[in-house]
Amino acid sequence: MEFLAYMGDVFTPINFGLLLIGTIGGLILGATPGLSPTMAVALLIPFTFRLDATQGLVLLGAAYTSTVAGGAVSAILLKIPGAPANIATTLDGHTMAKKGEGARALQLSFVASAVGGVFGVLLLIFLTPLLAKWALAFGPSHLFWLAILGVTVIGSLDSSSVVKGLLAGCIGLWLSTIGFDDIMGAQRFIFHSSVSGGINVIPALIGLFAIPQVISMFLKGRREREAEVLTVRRHPITEAIREVFRRSRALTIGTLTGSFIGLIPGVGGQIAGLVAYDQSRRMSPESRKFGTGHSEGVIAAESANNAMVGPSLVPLLTLSIPGSPTAAVLLGGLLIHGIFPGSDLFENYPDVAWTFINSMLVGQILMCVFGLLVAGLAARVAQVPNAVMAAVVLGLAVFGSYSVQNSMGDVYVMMALGTGMFFLEPFGLSAAPLVLGLILGPIAEANFIQGKMIATATSSTGAYFFTGLLNLTLIGLVVASVAYSVWMEVRHRRYTTKEDAMVRGETPT
Amino acid sequence: MKTLFAAASIALMGLTGAAAADSAENYPERPLMLMVSYGAGGATDFQARIVTMTAGNEDALGMPMAIVNKPGAGGRVGWNWLATQAEADGYTLGAYNIPHFIAQSIEGGVEYSADSFEPIANWGADPAVFVVGADSEFNSMEDVVAYAKENPGGLTFSGAGLYVGHHIAALQLEKAAGVKLAYIPNNAGGAGAMKAVIAGEVLGGVNNLSDAFRAKEAGNVKILGVFDNERSDFLPDVPTMQEQGFDIDNTSVNFRGVMVPKGTPQPIIDKLAEVVPTMFENSRVADKMKAGGSPMHVMTRDEVIEMWKAREATLKELLAGL
Repeated sequence: MEFLAYMGDVFTPINFGLLLIGTIGGLILGATPGLSPTMAVALLIPFTFRLDATQGLVLLGAAYTSTVAGGAVSAILLKIPGAPANIATTLDGHTMAKKGEGARALQLSFVASAVGGVFGVLLLIFLTPLLAKWALAFGPSHLFWLAILGVTVIGSLDSSSVVKGLLAGCIGLWLSTIGFDDIMGAQRFIFHSSVSGGINVIPALIGLFAIPQVISMFLKGRREREAEVLTVRRHPITEAIREVFRRSRALTIGTLTGSFIGLIPGVGGQIAGLVAYDQSRRMSPESRKFGTGHSEGVIAAESANNAMVGPSLVPLLTLSIPGSPTAAVLLGGLLIHGIFPGSDLFENYPDVAWTFINSMLVGQILMCVFGLLVAGLAARVAQVPNAVMAAVVLGLAVFGSYSVQNSMGDVYVMMALGTGMFFLEPFGLSAAPLVLGLILGPIAEANFIQGKMIATATSSTGAYFFTGLLNLTLIGLVVASVAYSVWMEVRHRRYTTKEDAMVRGETPT
Repeated sequence: MKTLFAAASIALMGLTGAAAADSAENYPERPLMLMVSYGAGGATDFQARIVTMTAGNEDALGMPMAIVNKPGAGGRVGWNWLATQAEADGYTLGAYNIPHFIAQSIEGGVEYSADSFEPIANWGADPAVFVVGADSEFNSMEDVVAYAKENPGGLTFSGAGLYVGHHIAALQLEKAAGVKLAYIPNNAGGAGAMKAVIAGEVLGGVNNLSDAFRAKEAGNVKILGVFDNERSDFLPDVPTMQEQGFDIDNTSVNFRGVMVPKGTPQPIIDKLAEVVPTMFENSRVADKMKAGGSPMHVMTRDEVIEMWKAREATLKELLAGL
């Protein structure tokens, strides 16, 4: 209960002011495609040079919290996930926005984010030592199996058929091999200097999701302008809050998956949202509705990626190892004031540590309040005429991809992948499984090679990858996941006529 | 007619010469850019931000220096860019990491070598250290090598990738101890390599002194030896490798500093070489660096030129066996 003692510090005029600035600024930065939470926090670091340690961290903590939630805005309204964490949000969120329910989708996502986020920070407060053990439990073999578990999700994710989903996933896996391999020292498929550093996930995300839309909007041109005006329905906030809690299954799955997968260093943050989405679909009686603008999809995905915020800092705060890129930037924010995370932080600077954690707790709620206030207004983006929208999205896409690494090469990669995706979409392939392949490829590969190297030096490869409770549990989950997909596919075939399949194929969700 | 042309061209040359001298006089007239070839939040990025924070002061350059990150492929993307695409006008500077970029250029497949850049000044030197988990049975390098001799190729230890300081240190250790070791490069950099040690996935690891120092303060690791010629001020109790009987010098020490692309006008290089070291020595910079556990080591342009040459020679020899 030590954190309560420092709760007052969050509400001093300066700290609370910084908290407000961080939250509002974070929402805006998060909503801008390409400005991931890591970037937003890195941009703010120079401002903390002039502040004292507590103030600096209040600003950074608030910004981290709200950029993660802000990412949902562009995912829902523009179908551009701001960061890998928001991919799952586009699946149902953007479909809702297209139906004129953007306000509802945004409200649900902010409320779900706040619930997940508060739970995550509470875990950080009460269970840190336990979580630290959990974060360390995942060695190369476990991370490998976890990535394979992610691969099993690919097939069923947002595609008209399992085979097409897997095909898209394979394209993503291949794309992920491009670049310089840091373990074996090999250079692969580098035909142009733009890809010498590999394909960065964020420009790829932006390209794959945004560019096909932009091209189709331009193709429609002006002639369909009249038909496109859609009414954006208002949605009462209380209704959204009630709905989030009524969908308690999705909320629970999202929050728990987000907190426990999110804290696994190096892997969790990227896939937590997708795993939560997939799990809540499998456990939902309305699983068919997922992908058509179903509220459970948005709730599971968004509660998961905000639940991750607190636990993702556990390895940093306890072991002094940054577990995610954002944590690495926060480490810089601490070091600049001469504070070492770990026991030093909690023993010698408890005011800094607890004020920082409290500010994330209060930040979650502020983020939700501001988000709900602007949701109705933001949803009107859907009424912007196609021609204008296409230009704006294209501009944002170029800006977002360039700003990730200040590299024009990333913009070329974004455009090339996006144009490729435009031609693949009519065949029923979609962007989400492709991106998942791109994310999981390096994780699976690097951990397999590292595990193999360790195994060769110490024991046998078989023993290293196939023994131990955690390995076996993960393998069990992989088998169960594959079996479930096969069973669903078979059952689905039996009740689907050829005409049904044609119709489904023509309207990929 | 010919003489007229000659006279005109001589006059023109004189003019441009004067213009160049003039621009060096007023240099810098606009903010500068420092390219860091690692991502935001890494040690190089973090230190670069601290050491350049006083660039805008009147007694320094009088113009602020902006950090631009171009990460990828262990630094290769950024250094390729600096060597081939950056404008050599004195407004585009880059941060270097020795031995990384020299080792990479010896290994090949990149568009730069030590000759592609002109060093300006060095700000930091972060030696590699050998770490083991806090509960490890190893208490000295002797124990580590004894284990490795009993289990040839069975001593697993982590480090941040290939052709970086950690890898060089690993090669030196292998050579000096005369045993086969299992170096496991980590794809998540120094932080990932440290996590592998703390979690017990590997028996030991090579890591940055600054990061290892923090992990030791947090009670997670023991530091058994420093890959440097002298003991570190941060760790006065930890012996060097030489003290423990291994012939290992400071080749793997990660030197960080500022350079410009080849072709930058000489007057500008001279001006930078004069001003930048004083910028690093600013007391505010030194305090922040010390607080963050980042060892400083300011070197002038001439000293850095010598150091680069020496490194290139030793690295060529060391990497020849690979």
